[in-house]
Amino acid sequence: MTLIGWLQILLFFALVLALTKPLGGYLFRVFEGEHQPLPRVLGPVERVLLRLCGADARQEQTWTQYTVAMLAFSLLSMLGTYAIQRLQHVLPLNPQGLPAVGPELAFNTAASFTANTNWQSYAGESTMSYLSQMMGLAWHNFVSAAVGAGVALALARGFTRRPGPAGQKTLGNFWVDLIRATLYVLLPICFVYALFLVSQGVLQNFAPYRELLTMEGVKQTLAMGPVASQEAIKMLGTNGGGFFNANSAHPFENPTPLTNLAEMLSIFALPAALTYTYGKMAGDTRQGWALFAAMSILFFAGVAAAYAAESQANPALVASGAAQDGNLEGKELRFGVCGSALFATVTTDASCGAVNAMHDSFTALGGLVPLVNMQLGEVIFGGVGAGLYGILIMVVLAVFIAGLMVGRTPEYLGKKIEAKEMKLAMLYVLIFPLVILGLSAVAAVIPQGLSSLNNAGPHGLSEILYAFTSGTANNGSAFAGLNANTPFWNISLGLAMLAGRFLMMVPALAIAGSMVGKKVVAAGPGTFPTNGTLFTGLLVSVVLIVGALTFFPALSLGPIVEHFLGAAGKAF
Amino acid sequence: MVSTLVIALRACVVTLVLTGVLYPLAVTGVAQVLFPHEAQGSLVVDERGREVGSALIAQGFTRGAYFQPRPSAAGNGYDATASSGSNLGPTSQKLRDRAVADAERLRKENPDAPGPVPAELVTASGSGLDPHLSPEAARWQVPRVAHARGVDPARVLAVVEANVEGRTLGVLGEPRVNALLLNLALDRQFGRAVEPVHPTGAAAAPVGASSAAGLEQP
Repeated sequence: MTLIGWLQILLFFALVLALTKPLGGYLFRVFEGEHQPLPRVLGPVERVLLRLCGADARQEQTWTQYTVAMLAFSLLSMLGTYAIQRLQHVLPLNPQGLPAVGPELAFNTAASFTANTNWQSYAGESTMSYLSQMMGLAWHNFVSAAVGAGVALALARGFTRRPGPAGQKTLGNFWVDLIRATLYVLLPICFVYALFLVSQGVLQNFAPYRELLTMEGVKQTLAMGPVASQEAIKMLGTNGGGFFNANSAHPFENPTPLTNLAEMLSIFALPAALTYTYGKMAGDTRQGWALFAAMSILFFAGVAAAYAAESQANPALVASGAAQDGNLEGKELRFGVCGSALFATVTTDASCGAVNAMHDSFTALGGLVPLVNMQLGEVIFGGVGAGLYGILIMVVLAVFIAGLMVGRTPEYLGKKIEAKEMKLAMLYVLIFPLVILGLSAVAAVIPQGLSSLNNAGPHGLSEILYAFTSGTANNGSAFAGLNANTPFWNISLGLAMLAGRFLMMVPALAIAGSMVGKKVVAAGPGTFPTNGTLFTGLLVSVVLIVGALTFFPALSLGPIVEHFLGAAGKAF
Repeated sequence: MVSTLVIALRACVVTLVLTGVLYPLAVTGVAQVLFPHEAQGSLVVDERGREVGSALIAQGFTRGAYFQPRPSAAGNGYDATASSGSNLGPTSQKLRDRAVADAERLRKENPDAPGPVPAELVTASGSGLDPHLSPEAARWQVPRVAHARGVDPARVLAVVEANVEGRTLGVLGEPRVNALLLNLALDRQFGRAVEPVHPTGAAAAPVGASSAAGLEQP
């Protein structure tokens, strides 16, 4: 580790911190304000778009109506992306003449992008036409982020709305949240951001792949495409699906250290800002900062561990006698060890899943960090929206545990947390490891699972565990040696991603529906404050205990045992 | 329920047109006006004006008179339609064998190089298309390149130093040298290296020639 490396990490975090309040305040104005920004310009556009959708903007929805709208939209948009991939050979903008995507792969990809996961069993440059990339995939990058934001807002409204005497039943309007997130937030930022990326060298064209002769006269074909427009929303929407196979390690996706900083910043920007928005909704911004602080502590723990681990020599290279200054296998030199370790931490803290280095080639402990980050439930800033509703479920648990300790009915923001909410929260918490560990166990014993591995020994188990963790956590990064483009992996991962998204969103929305009508009681001397450092500490502990207890045994058999075997000079 | 499905379908069409069609077209239009060179792939030309590659994408070099980039796991090596890392883990026997073989070959090709082989020359990058070397790994190859070109190593070293890019804002990224741009600069200064491609087949890592290259004077 070097001082300059740490300065880079601190600069990154300082920028996240500086963006949180202004961007969070802007989001509050967009979603909860009396008047939205730029009413003369964007106001009419918003009204036209909602009219085109046929949605009544003034009609607020109950939690079941909100859920049905969200599920209907997600299902239809998933079918749309499936159809586009299956038909890409007859659709325009396919200069390479790529064939239709096969049914299992098209299902996996459609599920993946709908669930904001962007797990990729394919290599973009050899599988997807330009039309499939921009209409099938980048479209989902926008709307899946908007859906996530909507669910988070609905849950936040459930906790923070003050019901009148008749009680409150509604949580906002899904269609309004969807259109506002897209129109006021994602599109304008992405437009400017994409142009910045092009200025640095990211491609933006519809040309056929470029053939030329290299300096030594060898034929080289350069893949082309509308990359920058997709790259911008890929990061800002915490989607993470690369235009190219190498994702953000590809020089045409992430050409300079400056784009690397911007890409990391755009992963954390919206999830961090939403904590401030939440504080504003609660009428006490310290409620939001308490969540931000808990996330920041977990972020720094992760980045310190990953950076330290990747600064060690790669045991596989010791025999070659090469002069090692950190582990460079699978890393790009323009980013180096620090820029790669930081990116890996950020992309797995948030459920982004873009990679600028190959996690499969990280040291055993360096690869453990992304895995643990995801297994903590994607609550360290997390995905757009997904991070906020995920941490709020953890808050419910933390408040409950605090209530048990002092022997009082737990309450949060003045509303009582009762048996129903606890049951739903436990459902949310249990579905996650059930899917990951259940499917990993199956894949580890059947030939269809094992035949796809790229590495033997404990690293092979890590590849399996990483895949199902990444899918269920809706992250999408990979130990990419695993050949996931087989019927078994495409279907099992597709189902894991849908379960990790929608089986967890529904309990979250049910909690919102159950909380929104509850009476608010004034804070008394026995109330446990949820806006201070004590609560932040408790929240961090709950996140760590839930995640660590669940996954420690599996991790011991993968990365942890690999670390000791590697140090002893073993290879497989 | 049915009315919700109808709204959902209409919302799909609206958002698809907005974000999947209008947005990328608008970005393309503006980008082609403001940054046409970058939007098209940052292509570079040699001293004769021939397009020889992208400044951002590595290409294989087999001649001793050229600086070699890092090994590549993209396709059969430096395949810019098949970007990829090796994805071999820290306890992989394959990775160990590959690194040992590469290091041995590099030591043989660079008998006068100072010190041990820099790790980046035996590690594949994440994309397989990483165009950069660290300044140390470029300096390490200077004796071979100078010998192959029959020029004073100090003059080659001066070209290397002139091509070093520092960290952005002093803290971001790592100092580096772009191997393609460096080799173009060498050709401009000392003449083109015309020694034929070494007959090595489709090796993933480029194999450097150990004999002196014939040079075509500009």
